[in-house]
Amino acid sequence: MAFAATGPLGRRRKLADTVFRVVCFAAVLVACAFLAYLLISIVRDGIGRIRPDFFTSFSSRRPEEAGIRASIFGTLWVIGLTAAVAVPVGVAAAIYLEEFSPKNNRWVSMIQLNINNLAGVPSIIYGLLGLAVFVRFFALERSVIAGALTMSLLILPTIIVVSQEAIRAVPSSFRDGALALGATPWQTMRTQTLRIAVPGIITAIILSLSRAIGETAPLITIGAVTFIAAVPDGIMSKFTVLPIQIFDWTSRPQPGFHTAAAAAIICLMVVLLLLNLAAIVIRARTQQRI
Amino acid sequence: MFILGTETVRFFQLSGVSVWDFLTGTKWTPTFADAHFGILPLVAGTALITVGAAVIALPLGLAAAVFLSEYADPRLRRILKPVLEVLAGVPTVVYGFFALLHITPLLRSIFPDVQVFNAASGAIVVGVMILPLVTSLCDDALNAVPRALREGGLAMGSTSYEVTRQIVIPAGLSGIMAAFILAVSRAVGETMAVTLAAGSTPKLTWNPTESIQTMTAYIVQISKGDTPAGSREYLTLFAVGAVLFAITFGLNILAKVLVKRYRMVYS
Repeated sequence: MAFAATGPLGRRRKLADTVFRVVCFAAVLVACAFLAYLLISIVRDGIGRIRPDFFTSFSSRRPEEAGIRASIFGTLWVIGLTAAVAVPVGVAAAIYLEEFSPKNNRWVSMIQLNINNLAGVPSIIYGLLGLAVFVRFFALERSVIAGALTMSLLILPTIIVVSQEAIRAVPSSFRDGALALGATPWQTMRTQTLRIAVPGIITAIILSLSRAIGETAPLITIGAVTFIAAVPDGIMSKFTVLPIQIFDWTSRPQPGFHTAAAAAIICLMVVLLLLNLAAIVIRARTQQRI
Repeated sequence: MFILGTETVRFFQLSGVSVWDFLTGTKWTPTFADAHFGILPLVAGTALITVGAAVIALPLGLAAAVFLSEYADPRLRRILKPVLEVLAGVPTVVYGFFALLHITPLLRSIFPDVQVFNAASGAIVVGVMILPLVTSLCDDALNAVPRALREGGLAMGSTSYEVTRQIVIPAGLSGIMAAFILAVSRAVGETMAVTLAAGSTPKLTWNPTESIQTMTAYIVQISKGDTPAGSREYLTLFAVGAVLFAITFGLNILAKVLVKRYRMVYS
């Protein structure tokens, strides 16, 4: 009997079940162990290097004196400008696509398909695009603004798609109620839909900005410099960012720079973890409310 | 897309390299005086990394997803899911650092003839990097399989393993395949980790202990220097980028087609 739970065959089936369960659990454990190893070894490498002067000094030829001041300010400039460009455009595009665009329109569905596809394009391709369009064509050179515009392009699809999902999740009864009371579509949008969708949209913004903070490749392609001893003083100045600083230090032969890179990674990871935590908390709180 | 296309065309016009030679040439030495523009070594490097990463990430990721969706306690799931998301957000340059300074020494202590820059170390970290993506997407695919199918199997006296292998995985197969393809496409486009770990010697090899160069690493190498616009090196960036784009775009479309087919079954 194939389905008997006893006898040699049944025992073998039970054994297979147990083995499978253990293998699947082991897969989770292996993944977690690897990541724990990664985090612990980086912290061990770098924690001793985190001193006040690490944050206040510029990069240096001597590894013991190298600091991340220029890259912290560079990151703040780039991410600030990226947010200033990408957030309004992205949220507006999401609102338009979700609420105001004509339904069953060929152009709209083509744009939608394009946005979804763009989200899967490797980031370095955006870097090439930024190099050709912003750095060369608009002659912005290797400036903060060129970096921020490239980053905006990179995160726009994510902001649009995730914001759209947040807007779509608003029950249509809210909209219908407002419309039935004589509100214009714009008033409905502003007072009902957006107000409820805001936590989801904020989560989208936080997650995509944290992705932008960790991105290296597109900024290298547009030519962010790795050695710079000045804080950006305007949108046209040269810049470096934390991940590029890490990349540069890692690829040098001296072990002292590797320690500095590990310390910089710790700073970067702390910021990213805090942002992710904020996103998770916001999401958990909204889930409770609805 | 348009930019990529025009710059690529200019590359072929300017350098006098035919498309055929570009796609099938086996020598990539664009910066030498004796320049060859055969992209195959770069494609092979990318393929080596991608295959290695897939061998690690796909089985592990699927097994972890099965654990999450079929076996894990809902409470454990609520902890593991956000952990996965955070891991997916670790910057790639961090994985690159880890590969170069921890994985490579480890590999070299086990296999002494491994080079400082080697494809194996790059493949391992890229595998780990795409693991959360595989797990998360496979988990979604498995969760989309209706409960009734599982309960039917269990009611017939099957063990959970039999239900998973014979019912849940076949039912979620197109979603799982789509997850695999998206993960592979991520691995193809992955840049910083392979640049740091796998080196910059374009070589047509299947030996993972050697230093290689991927398409993405080439783009980084050239753009780190100051390449004048319109120069040959500058245009090769776009030609290589176009090939990279075509590969990932094709993979993403394939994944989308699979998901679409999959949705039609249960809606």
